[in-house]
Amino acid sequence: MGVEGIGASVVRKEDRRFITGKGRYVDDIKIVGLTHAHFIRSPHAHAKVKSIDISAAKDMPGVVGVLTGQQIVDDKVGNLICGWAITSKDGTGMKMGAWPAMAPETVRFVGQAVAVVIAETKNQAKDAAEAVVVNYEELPAAADIRAAIKQGAPQLHPEAPGNVIYDWTIGEEAATEAAFKAAANVVSLDITNNRLVPNAMEPRAAIGEYNEAEEHFTLYTTSQNPHVARLVLSAFYNIAPEHKLRVVAPDVGGGFGSKIFIYPEEMVALWASKKVGRPVKWTGDRTEAFLTDAHGRDHLTNAELALDANNKITGLRVKTYANLGAYMSLFSSSVPTYLYATLLSGQYNIPNIFAEVISVYTNTTPVDAYRGAGRPEASFVVERLLETAARQLKVDPAELRRKNFITQFPHQTPVIMAYDVGDFGASLDSAMKAIDYAGFPARKAKAKSEGKLRGIGLSCYIEACGIAPSKAVGSLGAGVGLWESAEVRVNPVGTIEVLTGSHSHGQGHETTFCQLIAERLGVPISQVQIVHGDTDKVQFGMGTYGSRSAAVGLTAILKAMEKVEAKAKKIAAHALEASESDIVIENGEFKVTGTDKSIALPMVALAAYTAHNLPDGMEPGLKEGAFYDPTNFTFPAGAYICELEVDAATGKTSFVNFVAADDFGRLINPMIVEGQVHGGLAQGIGQALLEGAAYDSSGQLLTASFMDYAMPRADDLPSFKLNHTTTLCPGNPLGVKGCGEAGAIGASAAVINAITDAIGNNKIEMPATPDRVWHAIHG
Amino acid sequence: MSTIKLTVNGKAVSADVEDRTLLVHLLRENLNLTGTHVGCDTSQCGACVVHIDGRAVKSCTVLAGQAAGSNVTTIEGISKGDELHPMQAAFRDNHGLQCGYCTPGMIMSSIDIVNRHGGKLDEETVRQELEGNICRCTGYHNIVKAVLDAAGRMKVSQAAE
Repeated sequence: MGVEGIGASVVRKEDRRFITGKGRYVDDIKIVGLTHAHFIRSPHAHAKVKSIDISAAKDMPGVVGVLTGQQIVDDKVGNLICGWAITSKDGTGMKMGAWPAMAPETVRFVGQAVAVVIAETKNQAKDAAEAVVVNYEELPAAADIRAAIKQGAPQLHPEAPGNVIYDWTIGEEAATEAAFKAAANVVSLDITNNRLVPNAMEPRAAIGEYNEAEEHFTLYTTSQNPHVARLVLSAFYNIAPEHKLRVVAPDVGGGFGSKIFIYPEEMVALWASKKVGRPVKWTGDRTEAFLTDAHGRDHLTNAELALDANNKITGLRVKTYANLGAYMSLFSSSVPTYLYATLLSGQYNIPNIFAEVISVYTNTTPVDAYRGAGRPEASFVVERLLETAARQLKVDPAELRRKNFITQFPHQTPVIMAYDVGDFGASLDSAMKAIDYAGFPARKAKAKSEGKLRGIGLSCYIEACGIAPSKAVGSLGAGVGLWESAEVRVNPVGTIEVLTGSHSHGQGHETTFCQLIAERLGVPISQVQIVHGDTDKVQFGMGTYGSRSAAVGLTAILKAMEKVEAKAKKIAAHALEASESDIVIENGEFKVTGTDKSIALPMVALAAYTAHNLPDGMEPGLKEGAFYDPTNFTFPAGAYICELEVDAATGKTSFVNFVAADDFGRLINPMIVEGQVHGGLAQGIGQALLEGAAYDSSGQLLTASFMDYAMPRADDLPSFKLNHTTTLCPGNPLGVKGCGEAGAIGASAAVINAITDAIGNNKIEMPATPDRVWHAIHG
Repeated sequence: MSTIKLTVNGKAVSADVEDRTLLVHLLRENLNLTGTHVGCDTSQCGACVVHIDGRAVKSCTVLAGQAAGSNVTTIEGISKGDELHPMQAAFRDNHGLQCGYCTPGMIMSSIDIVNRHGGKLDEETVRQELEGNICRCTGYHNIVKAVLDAAGRMKVSQAAE
């Protein structure tokens, strides 16, 4: 590795603009003639829209237009769709209800837009919105899963009787049933996986701009995947054909999944920009984010584990109800199915698994992928079961896990996934050593003598990342392929531009992707520019989510690089009158091996573009592209251990230590990888201790601001101790697995296992607030 | 409408704004200083922190009119040409930022924390003091490291001046 190559903790190139206030986020963009949109949103969770009176609003100062849901339907803008088809166990397709960008007839969650005011200033739009009179007829609401599935529940969509979207199964039911019949011990748990609000710090925003002369639209948007946005806006929402629509996602202030999806506001900004003949900007406020950004998690699960007399796991049976909210968001259907149930084998050799997932509509904000997306829910089920089993069987939780670890690879689980490589024992050993697991009983006894309840909790997670082989996901219902594209352009002066379909919204691609180029060519990263986030510049891409940017996106760059290198070697060999096979690349030079003959990269590049002396038949230029479709998922895995103390008098939890030992394969930039883990851990701990979206029975979101929804703050979290173990991923040439979601996947079970260990009581739900912990202790 | 006169990053400026205009909007919309961000509506997240007369203040909680006559410093005003403020450099060197959205407010708050506590900062104090700044990316681990690192650097740079 060079000082800036693969494996170096290079400080980030992109930081300078962020630390000096020169980032360029969507709301920072100003366009001549810009107008501002403010949406009129339903205050009811379920209601008929009887009438909308815009007469007073349309004449208010500065108002450019007032547009309603009926107009967007009349203009044949398509309904929002879910792009992953799930088939129920009875063979029927999923039951998708219609979701217009603004509701013309029926609203189904608080915050759903019914109309929009467009005005010269934001304040004028807000003032006029106050003057729009919407007459609603309230309908009874189903605000959670239990309310939605009971007899006589309010029905959300005529397409989905009983509010059931699908009833889907995976695994072998009969074989699993037999395993439970033969089991020496069975462990059962009821689990609530609490609903979370992603809360990227930058609220969503969109600017639609229409050029009438060119019949061309531009959308600036807070997106993790601008090309997917363009595809969906074009192919399904009928906004504009792809060649007449440019989507730009500039600096984006965090995503965590919530900025994957195409939202009504983006559609309306584009549509309205043509309607009013002016560019239209919408920037959400935080309450709009709480009400309309897709939420995460929200499962009710019963899970059972069967073990034989030797404490070997023989079966796992899971039944989960998943709340998808009022409408099916873009990838919502896949999250509680193929991203969840396929990971239920965890790190363990489980011969029989059967899972049933019933997804339901409720009168709440749509639910979709949030950091980890299904895998945190799966890991929580498995790791809570393992810990509970160990306590029930009175064996050490580490030893029970070790006894059941998968140790032979590749390993085919009963739930689709084929794990390619791993060393789960090594991660567990590393974490146990880091926390001094052996010394815990003494520490617990000492804490007890001081009146404190101390607990330790393990969590051995696995996830499936590098999403995903297109053929595989296509066979499972995905509406898109999940390859990635890249283009490497060597300029005539030898500087390099790398165009990628991945999108960075905090992950540091502008640095890590350059490190690959530095590694291959030996040039400084200052000579390399990463270009992303603009459909006019990058031909196509599937974007960034599912910890895929290194395993899929960077591999695509590598594939393009290999083509560039091959051509450059031909040019160098021709110039040096040497054999192509004798050319090696070192420190930015093409050398004839075993001689002192060399030619520097800029000279090779210049030769490619002057084309005065190229090998016969060679095209000028030095630019290559590649599409890379992965052959398998990648399987990052690791062990987290949390040690904490509970104050029995207050129920308050205090961290003593939190250690992580992750196996992400090869690390491109360890500093950035560790940053990703820190952030993921914070979100996992946030879920365990603090965060939870709460609705009342009428469907009002009670936690719709940072004053009501407990975001993790600096004084809620410990400093983390991170370790790495390494098995290289055999599925891609870089050996990388992905690191973006691990912390959020593994952390929550470690925390809850530690709390339940401390209080000696397994009945605690997330978030384990002091109030809940106190009641768990004192009844 | 009122004409507000104040000093921003050392320059005398004036802006005609509606009386209800918040300082953050004057900075962003009238002065094009878009480094100061809005992350919430309830003065919780701290993405909008600037210095008013040397003290860290959430600029979404101050009417533009209340800042009239004052001396405002934003994230754009703390480096000296190409030379970063020690807090900026510490955030970069310790990987104290990811998406960058909370970063300007974090840096402005952190400078104030170091100014108030001097060399007596420890991890616990930094964590408590950062209670009014929310970051969703970093888990605060590297932000805390950056602030402690910068506290040392600022002491050195003050001693040098």
